Amino acid sequence: MSATLSVIPGPAKDMNASLALGRKRKRANRIVKTLCLTATGLGLIFLASILATLLSKGIAGLSLTVFTTSTLPPGSHGGLLNAIVGTLIQTVLGAAIGTPIGLMVGTYLAEYARDSALGNAVRFVSDILLSAPSILIGLFVYQIVVSPLGGFSGFAGCLALALIVIPIVVRTTEDMLRLIPSQLREAVIGLGAPKWKMIVLICYRAAREGIVTGILLAVARISGETAPLLFTSLGNLNWSLSLTKPMASLPVTIYQYAGSAFQDWVDLAWAGALLITAAVLAVNIVARTLLRGRK
Amino acid sequence: MSTTTETGAPPLTGRRGSNLGDTIFAALAKLSGIFVLAVLGAIIAALALGGSKAFIAFGPKFLSSNDWDPVQETFGALVPIFGTIVTAILALAMAVPLAFGIAFYLTELAPAWMRRPVSTAIELLAAVPSIIYGMWGFFVIVPIMSQYVQPFVIDTIGELPLIGPFFQGPPFGTGILTAALVLAVMVIPFIAATMRDVFDTVPAVYKESAYGLGCTTWEVMRSIVIPYTRASVVGGIMLGLGRALGETMAVTFVIGNTNRIATSLFGPGNTIASIVALEFPEAETGSLKLSSLLALGLILFAIAFIVLAISRTLLKPGMKA
Repeated sequence: MSATLSVIPGPAKDMNASLALGRKRKRANRIVKTLCLTATGLGLIFLASILATLLSKGIAGLSLTVFTTSTLPPGSHGGLLNAIVGTLIQTVLGAAIGTPIGLMVGTYLAEYARDSALGNAVRFVSDILLSAPSILIGLFVYQIVVSPLGGFSGFAGCLALALIVIPIVVRTTEDMLRLIPSQLREAVIGLGAPKWKMIVLICYRAAREGIVTGILLAVARISGETAPLLFTSLGNLNWSLSLTKPMASLPVTIYQYAGSAFQDWVDLAWAGALLITAAVLAVNIVARTLLRGRK
Repeated sequence: MSTTTETGAPPLTGRRGSNLGDTIFAALAKLSGIFVLAVLGAIIAALALGGSKAFIAFGPKFLSSNDWDPVQETFGALVPIFGTIVTAILALAMAVPLAFGIAFYLTELAPAWMRRPVSTAIELLAAVPSIIYGMWGFFVIVPIMSQYVQPFVIDTIGELPLIGPFFQGPPFGTGILTAALVLAVMVIPFIAATMRDVFDTVPAVYKESAYGLGCTTWEVMRSIVIPYTRASVVGGIMLGLGRALGETMAVTFVIGNTNRIATSLFGPGNTIASIVALEFPEAETGSLKLSSLLALGLILFAIAFIVLAISRTLLKPGMKA
């Protein structure tokens, strides 16, 4: 390496000084490269450590009763059935409420208000809500739904999750609609179609994979949310499908069980943690593959 | 191109049915947009209204008092505010260099075949639910901290003058530093992914020119990529800060939950999010305590809003989170 350097006529008069400079620059480069590799390695180790912990502790607690029995007092071989079903109900309903609104907001931003003041304000606020602490969404829904109606309910949990879904769907919908070439829109309008038909029949169809990806990512996100459910659906140790009563959910049950003093509850918490993480990561991978297939 | 979509077709079609459909659809879209603004307004109003009782009862002292005594019914926000800011900043101090390294590796150093799998792995790390981070912190990091890291640090750095007191106290494993560590692991993927996207926006010509002049990879990074992306990089870091400030579950497990301002980094504390999550179930409807917790929520919202607003202004629009 010094041989190649020495044949380059550098600006420095002193050969030794320029060689030393070259060595110094290369050393700095090597150090930074090593540090970056270490950082990436650490990041991967964190992921591996989390997954390994989940697998080793989660599989121990996993058995058929986890899926067939509801939560029971410690020592009586309970499962997580009510929590799993509760999470499914709240996630599906939350996504079902939030998706249409998010889709319309995204459409508004991409098709109607690209540069208008109102559009910019909506985009800004939606992006803020996207990263806003989710516990505050829980407090908000507590204040406007739980407190006036006089009780925790599964429906309040769905609403809290829906509010988290909206900004996620807004972001992906707008981004995907913006990718559609304007010639496509002009061609449709030129054929005499009204704008709403252009959006619903052509733009949505062209952006379908992207929009579905956004919805899937939103579903993955809310299925693991704990904080907003603490003050809304609260959790329920009994079997209940009623949306007007407190409803169990996997994350909240994990939260309650993980901190308990009973080993079988802690084991169940790990089993639940493994289930929820596996589901969330699987949905994420599907969503990303879907988006990649499009490109 | 926007003019074409803005004015649309109505003047040409003239059919009442399609005009009506357009009117309805446009109104629905605009209404949804306004709904988002209304949600923000409603969140602020609901938290302010709920917290008004505490603000009236304690006045400005609510912000400066470190007293949190449910028995005496006196509440002050200083301890959780302090804990929130200290844990978030410590977390960033640990996360930013690592995230920068990962983003740098992914954009400039990694061989092409490694970029996608490593990128995906980092993105999956971001997708892991926060409660899992909490459990991982509680069952994996806390024992490591209490058995190895903290005793060692207390015996070495803890003996030093000036900085020593920050590293003293009993090695419980939980506490402010552990919470910051778990938070750091949580926000690394967010910051790294944003930085990677930001670094990718640098035109290849700039980088190639610098390489052509004989710059090393690090020199290209330092003199070309970072100056070009400075504002967005700060925006990405602020986005991570916003996450760290409001994180609940990961912190609640490991912070130690004590309403005192710890003088040591190993000492227990509380953040706004953790105190709300822990004390909310014990707060009765209409009580001063509940109102104080909602007031804390409003303070958290204000802090997070400012941080995220700065982040959004610095990040170029369309940069995904």
